[in-house]
Amino acid sequence: MSILIEHISKTFGQFQALSPLSLDIQEGEMIGLLGPSGSGKTTLLRIIAGLEGADTGRIQFGDRDVTNLHVRDRRVGFVFQNYALFRHMTVADNVAFGLDVLPRKERPSPSEIKKRVMHLLDMVQLAHLANRFPSQLSGGQKQRIALARALATQPEVLLLDEPFGALDAKVRKELRRWLRGLHEELGFTSVFVTHDQEEALELSDRVVVMSNGYIEQVDKPGDLYASPNSRFVFDFLGNANVFEGKADQGKWLNQQASLQLPKGIEQQDGQLYVRSHEFFVSDAPTEQANLPLKVVAINPIGAEVRLELSPIGWQSKDIWEIDLPHKAFDQHGYEKGQTVFVTPKAGYFFADDLAQPTPLHW
Amino acid sequence: MSSKKQASSQLRVGDNPLVKWLLVGLTLFLTAILLVVPLIAIFQQAFVEGAAHYFNSLLEADTLHAIGLTLLVAALTVPVNLVFGVMLAWSVTRFEFPGRKLLMTLMDIPFAVSPVVAGLLYLLLYGNNGWIGAWLYEQDIQLMFAWPGIVMVTVFVTCPFVARELIPLMQQQGREDEEAAVILGASGWQLFRRVTLPNIKWALIYGVILTNARAVGEFGAVSVVSGNIRGETNTLPLHVQLQYEDYQAAAAFASASLLAFIALLTLLFKAFIEWRQERQEATL
Ligand SMILES: Nc1ncnc2c1ncn2[C@@H]1O[C@H](COP(=O)(O)OP(=O)(O)OP(=O)(O)O)[C@@H](O)[C@H]1O
Ligand SMILES: [Mg+2]
Repeated sequence: MSILIEHISKTFGQFQALSPLSLDIQEGEMIGLLGPSGSGKTTLLRIIAGLEGADTGRIQFGDRDVTNLHVRDRRVGFVFQNYALFRHMTVADNVAFGLDVLPRKERPSPSEIKKRVMHLLDMVQLAHLANRFPSQLSGGQKQRIALARALATQPEVLLLDEPFGALDAKVRKELRRWLRGLHEELGFTSVFVTHDQEEALELSDRVVVMSNGYIEQVDKPGDLYASPNSRFVFDFLGNANVFEGKADQGKWLNQQASLQLPKGIEQQDGQLYVRSHEFFVSDAPTEQANLPLKVVAINPIGAEVRLELSPIGWQSKDIWEIDLPHKAFDQHGYEKGQTVFVTPKAGYFFADDLAQPTPLHW
Repeated sequence: MSSKKQASSQLRVGDNPLVKWLLVGLTLFLTAILLVVPLIAIFQQAFVEGAAHYFNSLLEADTLHAIGLTLLVAALTVPVNLVFGVMLAWSVTRFEFPGRKLLMTLMDIPFAVSPVVAGLLYLLLYGNNGWIGAWLYEQDIQLMFAWPGIVMVTVFVTCPFVARELIPLMQQQGREDEEAAVILGASGWQLFRRVTLPNIKWALIYGVILTNARAVGEFGAVSVVSGNIRGETNTLPLHVQLQYEDYQAAAAFASASLLAFIALLTLLFKAFIEWRQERQEATL
């Protein structure tokens, strides 16, 4: 079922949690709401579910206007961040709940309910735990039971609030794949909240980036990464290093550091955003760039080695982070305290008076 | 690490065995003379003229009536305050509304105010010359100096117990379980019966026990509105006092022993429930 969100806004007392925002979700799509803490993700999700009323705007499921429809009648599946399993019911009773409370006319027979519950438990691969209580389950198991419970009534819309937030990295990854598979198999429309960019990029068909109650950008994961449309999205998605430059005679200057403007770029002050893997590292300045930095930490992270660098003789708000393949790192053998020079290969330029970036290549 | 900890714990203030045993001993001694001895004394005094006299005095018509009235008052008070307490706790923990904080404060009035004052207030309002009572009197309805008045003040005095037990628990549990149930399609009643009630069950029973204990034992407020009509408006606590003033000490203690017995049962039940709750929390 498609979901149409139009000019939805919400205030709590004086606080504007959501500024009027609109979003069009296609049938069968998987949407990730991504943003920092307090950006309004949960609020938006709860408004879609009907747990919270919006101050303005309307919501439509398919052709049905559900703005004033009670939660109970919206028939969405909802998975809470900390699962909210009924602690005094067994796993099987938890999963059966949505069926048990159906009006008598619609309710399947007890044996049918039992069959459906077992099927759902099989689907989440936890049939052997049917008679346990929630307190006897691990976090990942609880999560899957919560999903099975939400899916029992076969909702066409599934909403998940940080579904994997409380789990360790490995279980998260497993559950992520599993949810993706389930989504493809059952074809429901789903919206999930996360503040983990990797999760959002891996799982979503489209990612909605939120900050301060606004939607910053809605895009496919690839497009979002390739063309972030604001400083915020860049910061949030990108392990980007920022060079604050004053334009002067074909160069950006920052105290003793300098960087050549690429060809065809207008002379303007602004910030240059360069992702952590878009650099050469060398022992001396290059023709293109004179960016001296001191190595303050060396962290091997998976397939790469991350150098943490602090500027020498120029200013940067944050420590710079640069990722090198192990091979390149081993060949050179950088050490803590050493001075290195970096040269960007590609980046994005935000002119001081513009919100939109210009992609750069040298 | 652990040996270091032990070494430092030896230096802790109050760990001196002399101080420790002095404190423990004193506490035990005070508990004994303040709590245990009087309790034993009640039973001892009740039986001072023999078991036969004990049972005879309990079977006296006035005593039986007092027992009956006390049970009636408790039987009416407990359900009223059960429902009221759940409503109150539900309102203040599940809804936001203006005056919510004020309501939580007002709720404690029966604890804060002396029961005698409560009794007087009810007399003022509902007595035959009172604001509401005068009108009721014209309708031939008498509340004060009759059992309905006793029930009313008892309800007043015991009304915070259930809510006080429920509110912290319901606040701590939050509303997520209930939201989950509603999203799954539960109606208001299904939600309450299948999700809320099981979650608060033990606290609720605990509140009921406290309410019952207080309802059975209430003296001050009841004595103001009852009028002390022997065999008519005397509850057990009032009856104990009347008997004692009539120099029927053994009979008074026999009646008192019933109250003490109920108190002991209450404690036993309370201990059981606390044990249950602890076990439940341990498995969460
Ligand atoms: N019931 C409420 N009353 C008052 N303020 C609220 C309420 N719910 C949320 N807020 C505020 O609205 C803002 C958005 O909250 P929301 O829970 O939607 O954030 P979020 O993006 O889900 O954050 P997180 O990642 O930390 O869960 C926050 O600043 C929060 O303090
Ligand atoms: Mg949230």
